[in-house]
Order: sequence, then C-alpha cells, then structure tokens
Amino acid sequence: MLSRVADSLYWMSRYLERAENTVRQLDVTMGLMLDTGAANEKARWQRLVASLGKPAGLEWDGDLESMAHKLVFDNLNHAAVTFCVNGARENARQVREEISSEQWQRLNRLFHQIHSPQAEMQFTSSISDALSSVIDGIHLFKGVSDTTMIHGQGWQFIRLGRYLERAYATATLLEVYQPDLFHPRESEYAGYQYLELVGLLRCCTSFEAYCQVYTADVSAARILEFLLLNRDFPHAIRYCVDSIRGAIDSIQRTGGRRPPGELVSGIGRLHAMLDFTTIDEIIHGDTAAFLHTIREQCLRIHELIYRYYVHYSIQSALAS
Amino acid sequence: MSAGHPVVLDTLYGDYPLDRAFDEMREPSGEVRAHYRALAETLAGLPQEELQRRKQSADLSFLTQGITFTVYGRDEGTERIFPYDLLPRLITAGEWERIERGLTQRITALNLFLRDVYSDAKILQDRVVPRELVYSCKHYRRQMRGLQVPRNVYVAVVGSDLLRLNTGEFVVLEDNLRVPSGVSYMLTNRRVMKRTFPELFSSYGVRPIEHYPQLLLATLRSLAPEGRPEPNIVLLTPGVFNSAYFEHTYLARQMGIDLVEGRDLVTHDNIVYMRTTDGLKRVDVIYRRVDDDFSDPLVFRADSSLGCAGLFNAYRAGNVTVTNAFGTGLADDKAVYAYVPKMIRYYLDEDPILNNVETYLLGDATQRQHVLQNLDKLVVKAVGESGGYGMLIGPHSTAQQREEFARAIEANPRNYIAQPTLDFSCAPCLIGNSLEPRHVDLRPYILFGDKVKIVPGGLTRVALEKGSLVVNSSQGGGSKDTWVLE
Repeated sequence: MLSRVADSLYWMSRYLERAENTVRQLDVTMGLMLDTGAANEKARWQRLVASLGKPAGLEWDGDLESMAHKLVFDNLNHAAVTFCVNGARENARQVREEISSEQWQRLNRLFHQIHSPQAEMQFTSSISDALSSVIDGIHLFKGVSDTTMIHGQGWQFIRLGRYLERAYATATLLEVYQPDLFHPRESEYAGYQYLELVGLLRCCTSFEAYCQVYTADVSAARILEFLLLNRDFPHAIRYCVDSIRGAIDSIQRTGGRRPPGELVSGIGRLHAMLDFTTIDEIIHGDTAAFLHTIREQCLRIHELIYRYYVHYSIQSALAS
Repeated sequence: MSAGHPVVLDTLYGDYPLDRAFDEMREPSGEVRAHYRALAETLAGLPQEELQRRKQSADLSFLTQGITFTVYGRDEGTERIFPYDLLPRLITAGEWERIERGLTQRITALNLFLRDVYSDAKILQDRVVPRELVYSCKHYRRQMRGLQVPRNVYVAVVGSDLLRLNTGEFVVLEDNLRVPSGVSYMLTNRRVMKRTFPELFSSYGVRPIEHYPQLLLATLRSLAPEGRPEPNIVLLTPGVFNSAYFEHTYLARQMGIDLVEGRDLVTHDNIVYMRTTDGLKRVDVIYRRVDDDFSDPLVFRADSSLGCAGLFNAYRAGNVTVTNAFGTGLADDKAVYAYVPKMIRYYLDEDPILNNVETYLLGDATQRQHVLQNLDKLVVKAVGESGGYGMLIGPHSTAQQREEFARAIEANPRNYIAQPTLDFSCAPCLIGNSLEPRHVDLRPYILFGDKVKIVPGGLTRVALEKGSLVVNSSQGGGSKDTWVLE
C-alpha cells in the first residue's frame, strides 16, 4: 500500500479517536461539576485540560459554557472536536478510493452534522445530548469501517492509529488523575469520592465493564488495575498494546517485509511491562513514572512506524 | 412495442420547436423516428408523477454514489450532483458502425502523424502540413524528438467530440489527445439509467459499455516496457483539488490499480518507484492525468510539484511507459485539426469517413479578412484551449466582445481559428414535466493499445440552457446516457 495512503488512514483514525476522547472527558467533567458546585470548577477544568495533554488556548476564564463551546467548536484549536473531525475528514478525502463508500458517507455525515447551524443550537439547549450524538456518529463510523472495509493493510493502519491514540490518551488521563486517587482530600465526603472514581471510569466508558469484573465496589487500586492491565477490555492500555502488536504483525504478513528490530522490541518491551508487572508493584513503586514511561513508549512506537513505513529515506529503501 | 399503433405524445411536448437543427427524436414533419418509438411510447404511458419519481430516485442514486461536484466558495464544502438528463440518447447500429470506422481511421492517422512529426517529419517535408504551424504550437515538445515510444502508440486514450449537422451527418469538432475526461460519467450514467428504466432498457437491446475499465487496463498493460510480464500500473493524478479527481478515484478503483500523486513517486537510476509501506516498488506503466507542463519539473515547468522529478528521463530510457505520451497536444491544436483530413489521405491513402467542421485558419491573410468581416456569424476559438474557454460565439456576442476578439486575432493570428456557427442536433430532454429539445454533442472514448477499441456509446453532453450551444460541464452543460442499439 502507498505510504501516503497509510499515513492518511492512520491519521483519520487517530483524529476520530481524539475527538471521541475529548467529547467523553468533557461530558464527564461537566457532569461532575453539577454535583460538586461552582467552587471546584476551575480546578476541574484545569484537570480536564491537563488530561487532554494541555492544549494551548484553554485557560479558565470563569465561564464554563463558553469554555466548553471553545473545546467543541473552535476550529483553530488543535484539541477542539471540530478540528479533529475536520482532520479526519480531510484525511479520508485524500484516500477516497481506499475506503468504502459507506465509511465516507458516515464520516461526511458526522462532519456536516457538527458544522450545521443546528449543532450549536443543540449544544446550548442540551449539551449532553449534543455530545452523545457526536459519539454516536464516531461509533457508527467505526462499526462501518469494521464491516465494510477489507481487513488488509489499510484497515490495520486504522487500528494502529486508534489504539496508539487511545493508549496514549488513557496513560495521560491516569497520570493526571493518580495523585488525587490515592490521596483524597480529607474534607471530601465518601459520596464525592465515589463520584470521582466513577467519573474516571466513565472517561474511558468503562464503568459497566468494571462492575462486571469487580462489582460496584470501586477502589482506586482496582480502577488502576482495570484500566492498565485488563486484557479483554478495549479501553484498557494492555488491550491497546496487544492490538498494536497484532496490527504490526498483520501488516508484516500482508507486506512481507520484516519490521525492524527496534519496532518489534519497542512494542515487545511495552507489552512485557504490562504483562509481567502486578498492580501492587505499580502502586507501591513510582506510579507516575510508570505511566510516563508508557506514554514515552507510545511516542517512540509512533516515530518508528513513521520512520519505517512512511517517511523512510530513499537510500535505505534502495539498499534493502 | 406495438408498431403502427398511434401514440398520443402531444401532451408530453413542452416548447418543442422543430427548427433548422437536426432533431434526434423527431422527423421534420413531427413524426417520431422509428428507433425512438419505444422510448416515446414508454414516456407517454407513464403518469407524470411517475416520471418525476424516477427522476428523484435517479438523483438520489447519483448523490449516494458520491458522483458530485464540490462547489467551493459561499458554503464550505457544498456538494452538488453532476447535472444530467433522464432520457437516453439513442444511436442506431448503422450510425454507430460508421462512427466507429471513422474514429478508428482518424486515431490511426493521428498516431502516425505524431510519430512522423517527432521523428522524420516527412509530412512537413512534403508540405502537406505547414512546418511553421507545427513548430509554433505551444504543445509541441522538442524533448520528444527521436524518442522511441512503446508500440509507437502516442495516444492510447482519446475522447473525440462529434456533432451531428442538420443533414444528419456526424462530423468531428475536436479531438482530445491529452487527458480526455468524462468517462466516469458515461459509466455511472449507464448504471443509474439501468435502474431507472429497466424494462425500456431490456426491450431496446443496448450494447454494453461497462467493460471500459477492463479494456483500459488491458490497453495500459499492452504498452508495458519489454521484459515486465507483470507490470505495475498506476494512475497519476494531480490530487484532490483537481476537478476530475472523482473520475481518477473511480477509474483507479474500477481497475484495481493504485492512485498515485507526484509526491508518491521517486526516480533512481532512471527507474520510477512508488513509496509503499513495503518499501519502494517499481512502476511500469503510468496512466497520466497530469498535463505535460506539470509532469516533470526537471524537463517541463520547474515550479510544478504535481509531477515527479526525473520521470521524463526514465521514460526516455524506456523503463516506464507514460500514456498518453508527452507532446500529443500538438495534434489536437485547433489549427492542426484543420489538416486531419489531409493526414488521413497522406498516411492511409483513404478518404476520411468522418468529416471535419469547416475551419478558417487565421494565419492566412485572405481567410483572416473573411473572418474579421463576418465575426457576427462565426465561432472563434483559441487553438490551445479546451473546456469552452477562450471562445467567441458570433451570433450571441456583443459588439464589444467582437472588437476584443478582432484585436486579439490581429495581434496573434496563429492563436485563433474560426468555424461557422453550427446548428448541431437536438435531443429531447426532460425539462420540468415535459420534453423540450436541447443541443447535444457526443464524446466517444477510444482506446489504442494493440489495436483501436471503442466502447459503443460515449458521453452525450447537453447544453441544458434553452438555445445554448455550449455543452461543456464547466459552462453549465450536463450529460445524458447514450444507448447504441443492436
């Protein structure tokens, strides 16, 4: 497959994943603000911005509604939902012949939906409905991608983009949340702590899945275990890393060229880290550093994928 | 079809004058021509709502297939469907047979002409075509001199524009030998029409055209460099901002080949490669939809980034086939066009089967005088333009426009030609709820690899404005499906 095409599919997928993550975190944060009142608004907003990777231009100005509007509709802000959806559509447009018509139509519809005048109206009248209709659009696109596209290299690059973005975003989220998780402020009622923990799970659509594994007995350690080490839940980092490894294997199988040792060992190291570490070790060790390493490894894998599949030098390619 | 049974059609007709132009459906007396009878009867038998319903379902079909134009400007990313007419244009087997023979003859001669001009230039020595006409053509590429082209095929993909005069005779208005477009509309029109009028379609016995992408692929494969039994064939597009991008993606998908942009290609040691996730992969045949000027910054325009640096040298070395070849625009120059009948006689020793439209060359002083005195009756065209740009239609022009053209002609007579204003044929179109005649042309698509192949049909372009003679899609024209009958 052409490198340019792989590049476009990868970013189409990453942008959509990013949009979904932003929407979900915004929704959860605004929900929590209802319960805890205006006193904490600023701190919560700052935590939201931090867990989105600290994009610029989102400093708290005291008005939650205008801040939320900015995070959804500000086309110029790289973290904004519209910016991500535009990016996904633009990438899809460059490779119209590679994706199915259904995929294109879905993405196009999402794009028009979020840019229609009604979208902003719905946003003011019921922000929660507006956000969930964006998530619906993204879910439909993913479903259509899985059922209408040949599961060849292109599809694998879509998977790569999705799971790398998700692993990175989840690690960032946990890194931002973890100090509060283990050292809750004394003054807080137990009920608020519960809401906090559930909020964190909801940021990763994982509350119900968590309950199935651990019952509704939420504790910080178990949440961390679930979101880091569960091998069956698609939003858990370990699941993401397994999927990245699977995608690279499939790309190699269909292409025939062996991936470089660096890439294989980079993914292998991350995989082993999650496979052979217990949650006790993580909690009693340097949790922040552990999460930070995961993020760094994700960046490194991204870089190696680019160096090997997309932006390789002509000299090295001719030599092999 | 119940022959002889009188059909009441009068209610169908809207403003339907039968004037000087040939009418595809009706005799001058108003009678429906024999081969249009079944169509007319079907239409007469349909309730009006039903016709509208079918029109809407066809619209929807175009929209969901994504056969749309993106309209830039006011409304970001607004998409509009390609304008088309619901009623097919019918061509009888006899008419088609003549068109097919005529085009085969013409393309053969044009290829021989290109080969001759870029090698020994005998036709120029024999003074059949004036030397200065060729060497002053802006599409002449001196880099092509003496270059051996695979199978001596310069133009593998052609779309020639035909008109039907009021005598009923088909003539050639122009040849498109560079990057003819529109074939995807021919194919999608057919798909939609089959769905819209299934009974009518099967009752007529229409010759199929759906295998065009396969023929195109076979043509490209037949031109692959020697010793490359499994050639890697690609379609080179200028990219997503090109107005024909839809067609490029469509054809690439239909042929199952990669759609590449210039930035996907690199050359090394005169071999063209494309960058894939699996490393560099050699490219053997390029179906080029990028103009000469933009194809290789080392040889043509240095400021272009749409092409691939080194492409021309790889081509010259015979390591990659690029088709159509470079410099073929020479033979569709509107002034060189005037000499095509002479080329046919010179190379093939035959009389042209399809005639040209009478053309005045403005480089010639007496012809120029005549044209300048009759600007209000003639059509003047710039020789190197296409798409209906740089054109003066005398009877529809203002005095000021005529003056501007007169000045332009005096300043650079080689750049213009003139032709009589033709009343070319009209076909019935669905306008509102009734039938009205609109001017149509016909663009068949010709492929030339091992031999000439033409799928029976083509794109019938329609001037949807009442009385308009301009069929170009960039100027408000539309299209309709073309049925060649068995």
